[in-house]
Amino acid sequence: MIPMNHYLVVSTILFFVGIYGFIARKNMLAVLISIELVLNAVEINFSVFNRYLYPERLEGMFFSLFGIAISAAETAVAIAIIINVYRNVQNIDIRSIDKLKG
Amino acid sequence: MELSSNLLIFYLLAAFIVASAILAVASKRIMRAATYLLFVLVGTAGLYLMLNYHFLAAVQLSVYAGGILILFLFAIFLTNPKGDAAEPHDRRRVVMGIAASLCGAAVAGFIILKQFFLYPIPDTAIGDHEVSMKVIGTALMGTGKFQYLLPFEALSVLLLACIIGGILIARKS
Amino acid sequence: MEFTLLIVAVPLLMFFVLGLAGGKMSHRAAGVAGTLGMAVAAVLSYAAAFRYFFAEGKVDGVFQEIIPISVEWLRFSDKLHIDLGVLLDPISVMMLVVITTVSLMVHVYSLAYMHGEKGFQRYYALLSLFSFSMLGLVVATNIFQMYIFWELVGVSSYSLIGFYYTKPSAVSASKKAFIVTRFADLGFLVGILLLSYYTGTFDFGLLTGDKASLVLESTAGLSFMGVSVASWAMALVFAGGAGKSAMFPLHIWLPDAMEGPTPVSALIHAATMVVAGVYLVARLFPVYYFAAPDVLAMVGYVGAFTALFAAVIAVTQTDIKRVLAFSTISQIAYMMVALSVSGYGGHDGLGYMASMFHLFTHAFFKALLFLGAGSVIHAVHSNEMGDMGSLRKHMPITHITFLIACLSIAGIVPFSGFFSKDEILAAAFHHNQLLFAVLWVVAGLTAFYMFRLYFNIFWGKAKTYDGRHAPHESPLAMSIPLLFLALLTCATGFIPFSQFVSGDGAPFATHTEGNIALAGTLAALAGILAATRLYRKGGERPAKIAASLGGLYRATLRKFYLDEVWLFITKKVIFRYFSDPIAWFDKHVIDGSMNGIGWATQQLSSSVKVFQNGKVQFYAFVFVAGTFVIAIWALFL
Repeated sequence: MIPMNHYLVVSTILFFVGIYGFIARKNMLAVLISIELVLNAVEINFSVFNRYLYPERLEGMFFSLFGIAISAAETAVAIAIIINVYRNVQNIDIRSIDKLKG
Repeated sequence: MELSSNLLIFYLLAAFIVASAILAVASKRIMRAATYLLFVLVGTAGLYLMLNYHFLAAVQLSVYAGGILILFLFAIFLTNPKGDAAEPHDRRRVVMGIAASLCGAAVAGFIILKQFFLYPIPDTAIGDHEVSMKVIGTALMGTGKFQYLLPFEALSVLLLACIIGGILIARKS
Repeated sequence: MEFTLLIVAVPLLMFFVLGLAGGKMSHRAAGVAGTLGMAVAAVLSYAAAFRYFFAEGKVDGVFQEIIPISVEWLRFSDKLHIDLGVLLDPISVMMLVVITTVSLMVHVYSLAYMHGEKGFQRYYALLSLFSFSMLGLVVATNIFQMYIFWELVGVSSYSLIGFYYTKPSAVSASKKAFIVTRFADLGFLVGILLLSYYTGTFDFGLLTGDKASLVLESTAGLSFMGVSVASWAMALVFAGGAGKSAMFPLHIWLPDAMEGPTPVSALIHAATMVVAGVYLVARLFPVYYFAAPDVLAMVGYVGAFTALFAAVIAVTQTDIKRVLAFSTISQIAYMMVALSVSGYGGHDGLGYMASMFHLFTHAFFKALLFLGAGSVIHAVHSNEMGDMGSLRKHMPITHITFLIACLSIAGIVPFSGFFSKDEILAAAFHHNQLLFAVLWVVAGLTAFYMFRLYFNIFWGKAKTYDGRHAPHESPLAMSIPLLFLALLTCATGFIPFSQFVSGDGAPFATHTEGNIALAGTLAALAGILAATRLYRKGGERPAKIAASLGGLYRATLRKFYLDEVWLFITKKVIFRYFSDPIAWFDKHVIDGSMNGIGWATQQLSSSVKVFQNGKVQFYAFVFVAGTFVIAIWALFL
């Protein structure tokens, strides 16, 4: 059996790589990809804690399951928005939509 | 030695995931980033398999790798008429992002390692077995305690709303 | 007698109906509705007066206070509470009759006088409000209710005087009236608080009952600056009354109040606002008499001085409404003097009765004078005597009724003014010869200036009016009130008033004292004769006399520069030494601290503003940094 911390280290790295991408990237799709990384890290954590701490129960796994479904929904909407932005300003640079209001 | 071969597979998988993730955020070309994301997602499915969550691994592959990635590809094609142009990095942002993620990783890593050294979790083999489809199906469709019919239905409504919303937002006015 | 509540309630209802729905009504509908409402109130008060004086009011030969309705409204402490109710006693019932009658006449008269004016509905709504306030004031069961309605009278008079709110002079006149009376009311309020603090009640019955023993006992031995607390309280209360009743030196608002429509002046001068002060002193008369006789004496001297002062000014004024205004001041002061020379109970209480009697008769003939003046102004479109003359041929009804009113106010037998003025002179004669002498002179002056007015309007030089503006008799709606009031002026003198109104409620017999009546009549006749000689034919003689008097004449014409004195006091003294420093403090310290807070907030927000730059990634960075700080804090601190 692999120690639990190993999984946690992997998910932590994944998470903060995602954070870096979210902050540093300019392309909106790249930002979205970073968000997917962060979500993945979270889902790994849910499953790992479930498996190691409460193996007789299933909540963590179902959280991961629902998380996957919700991230699918979120991606769909986000991509729709990005396409709309592209249609309006002809690029998907995140700096082009920093106007508050309007 | 089964344990050590397991550990070896895990390390390979972990290295693969971490490397793909870093490449995904570091790549200047968006198409490559999407491809690296696919690798990360597949690697994550491998982690689920190692945890004996086979159903979860299957969902991860079919929904993420199969569905979401295709969406990404569509979006990339739609929004990059000039092809996969390289995107130069912005130095200030990179510094900010590295600072934030290193600090965060340091804190999180400190906590994890502290736990590891102070209170090593005993490696119990309890529950190291596959969750059967029957159990998952009953839990998803049941209405009792620790059963998930209501969230499941709520999720289906959410997905419907997202489909409609996506169409509304993206359609040409 | 519960129906008396309706007398007060109907005008209020009319105010709301006309005030809220008036804009949707036609002029005629609004006017008729207001008039009908007032007619209902008038009929009800006649019924109330009849039942009170002839059926229910008298128990064992003494008129009782009846309180048909009283509702507790606000409770301050175990003892102290404000009630709202209706109190009926001889003077309040009499006032109900006076107010509703005069108000009804003004309502009818205004139908024609205000015909076609912009804001006709508003005018009628305000008339109703004004009548309501005054009716509520006279039926007040306690001094605080009176104060509430007192202020309502002030507010409604403010809006009526300023009815032509597009005219700057009307606006400033209404402000002047409001500020001066409000200033006086401050004294009233402090007086009320003093009185209620010591006696623990607002109730008139408790305050005045049993020879004001409550006030005497509760303030016994207390004094401030050598004057007893009771005297202070009553003097302050009188200050409020002096403001409303235009006693010197607070009379300055009344002549300017002419800026309102003329029927409103009739209402203010005859039946409502200005008699409120007299009514207040009469209402609290036992307290004045027993607890603060020194204040009562002061009331007498202030009244006598005001009467003389106003009469002298009235002699020189050329604006006919101004003459009438000063005559009102003078006559109200007459009533005040009468109150101050009164005793309590029996024939001693003659002054009290005479004061109320004069109030009663004065209401009708002064309303008649004002409505007649309004009729004249309506015909010649001017307030100035110089624009009038020989109007008797053009306006017979106005002429005759005006003459009756002039004879009445001058005190000629058998018109009502003779009887009430005679009683006042008699009361003064037996009490204080000095006051009697002043009043006697004033009586002569009154006759003189009233007939100066009369001759200048209706006789004098034959004046030619060009055809288009030829004066003509006023329409029926204006003549009928004139005739009705003239009838009242002839008749009311014969009412045996002492049988109904007296200080202690017990009727007593009066008799005309021949020599005093003769003296009064002689003074009046002398005044009339002098006016006849000077003004009947017109000519240069009045101007010559005025020129020979020189500075004195000019001073009188300028109302003894009192307005200028007040202006000096307010502008040069109060504004400079009180208001300016306060304004400075307000501007720099109060506003400054507020502005400082605003400035600090602005500085703070502009430094925080950079965090709200719309860059989602920056938000995420800040979020992560914040989480980091919290995690460090949780881990190591």
